[in-house]
Amino acid sequence: MTNNDSMFARAMPALMTGLFVLGLVAPFMMYPTFLMKMLCFGLFACAFNLLLGFAGLLSFGHAAFLGSAGYICGMLVRDLGVTPELGILGGTLAAGALGWVFGVLAIRRTGIYFAMITLALSQMVYFIVLQWKATGGEDGLQGVPRGHLFGVIDLSNNLAMYYLVFAVFCIGFFIIHRAIHSPFGEILKAIRENEPRAVSLGYDVAKFKLLAFVISASLAGMAGATKTLVFQLASLTDVHWHMSGEVVLMTLLGGLGTIFGPLVGASVIVALQSELADKVGSWVTVIMGVIFVLCVLLFRRGIVGELQALIRRSGVN
Amino acid sequence: MSEFILETTGLTKEFKGFVAVSNVDLKVRRGDIHALIGPNGAGKTTVFNLLTKFLPPTSGRIMFDGQDITHEAPAATARRGLVRSFQISATFPHLTVMENVRIGLQRKLGTAFHFWRSKKSLDMLNGEAMALLDAVDLTQFADTVTAEMPYGRKRALEIATTLALDPPMMLLDEPTQGMGNEDIGRVVELIRKVSAQRTILMVEHNLSVVAHLCNRITVLTRGSVLAEGSYAEVSKNPKVLEAYVGSDDMNDAHH
Repeated sequence: MTNNDSMFARAMPALMTGLFVLGLVAPFMMYPTFLMKMLCFGLFACAFNLLLGFAGLLSFGHAAFLGSAGYICGMLVRDLGVTPELGILGGTLAAGALGWVFGVLAIRRTGIYFAMITLALSQMVYFIVLQWKATGGEDGLQGVPRGHLFGVIDLSNNLAMYYLVFAVFCIGFFIIHRAIHSPFGEILKAIRENEPRAVSLGYDVAKFKLLAFVISASLAGMAGATKTLVFQLASLTDVHWHMSGEVVLMTLLGGLGTIFGPLVGASVIVALQSELADKVGSWVTVIMGVIFVLCVLLFRRGIVGELQALIRRSGVN
Repeated sequence: MSEFILETTGLTKEFKGFVAVSNVDLKVRRGDIHALIGPNGAGKTTVFNLLTKFLPPTSGRIMFDGQDITHEAPAATARRGLVRSFQISATFPHLTVMENVRIGLQRKLGTAFHFWRSKKSLDMLNGEAMALLDAVDLTQFADTVTAEMPYGRKRALEIATTLALDPPMMLLDEPTQGMGNEDIGRVVELIRKVSAQRTILMVEHNLSVVAHLCNRITVLTRGSVLAEGSYAEVSKNPKVLEAYVGSDDMNDAHH
């Protein structure tokens, strides 16, 4: 097992370089808007995975961070006229602050109670967004201009917008990857493995969980803020609890606790949704449900997790 | 500096009307290997949980090294140097043996919250970690994933991880439980070795281990202290013998 893990570690730089190059040339092969959607949800799922896969905390309210950052970014850019990069930064910080509030309230509880508190808080965010005039109620926040990056680069060009999204994704992915492989990440793993033991070694586990929660919420917000610029719209679907469920599906389908799994899961879900939407209409929801059941019953490690297990097995034989 | 490193006065814990620990005055002398024994359900583990703050006491006071720690958070008490083990082997099963010990060593670097720093910054602890593994005879297992080690070795790893904190006082909850004779011998030697510069309080069912290892013994029944003294004194005490009647524990001592 140890040898195989170091084999994965050695293959990692090559894999990352390959994916990076693929990300650079992808908009010439595929529809950029579709790719941008994929990257936004990929980052959202990666941020969620940091919390569930590496800290063992199941949040059922992550839509609140994706959505509220989207609204904040939209209001900053549209109503206050700030540049897009500041809009993304503002949305990210707001989601981080909201994550801190959620975290402080929820982390005292574990398991299902933790999930329920995050769900309840995110529903409060949903109803605020729905009722408040400034967020546009049921219409959402429409007509958000993409603007000029740093006041210079015109983002109404889809290709320019794509590279901004790609850069944001890479930054977010790097932060997550580093956090997992940091001194902090080691303690997080220890807490997930054996929480009482971590306490008995003198670690204040609540503080570690809270930091993980804030990082995860901030990056989910970064994804949401960027998504608002891409579609020039912040909508209620982004704060709805459906979205909190969808990110669980993306992460499990791709592979919980793996580095690339959430990106793969998000890509599959986004691709299925856009492929099927015209053909089967609202049956999409049923198909997603079937996929979820199959995933949990047949391949619980997710796509990337099962692949890794396959490589491990063939390495042993 | 007081003669006693750990002192409790009137320590009591009630669970919804059931008194698990009742008015316990426990004094642990600096440098001793002190055993806490008693039949099943006597409240030994509850006392451990109280001392290490994993449970809040209903009433009473706990003093450690002259400081009142009655209302402290468990992690803060651990940082003072009162560090416990658990009845069930307390390791991080999917980390390697080396990584387990490093988790213990890592705190003193003060970088435990640094999520932006590379994990490689922890490599400076490897030498110290290897020295600790060497002390418990686990050097050849350094890169093994902990879950794949035999049970007795896991207990040794647990002690090495605790030693990483260099605590003045260790609390061991049944360190030989579920072990074969060979492993018991190894762990007893290990405890004797690490007790050199520190105080140890241990819950132990195996009375032959207690007889060989411990210089002071407190007997607990139904949440209260029944007797205290050396093994020779305690084992002759008629009240203690009576408490153990019908239990196999006393026979274990003669195995």
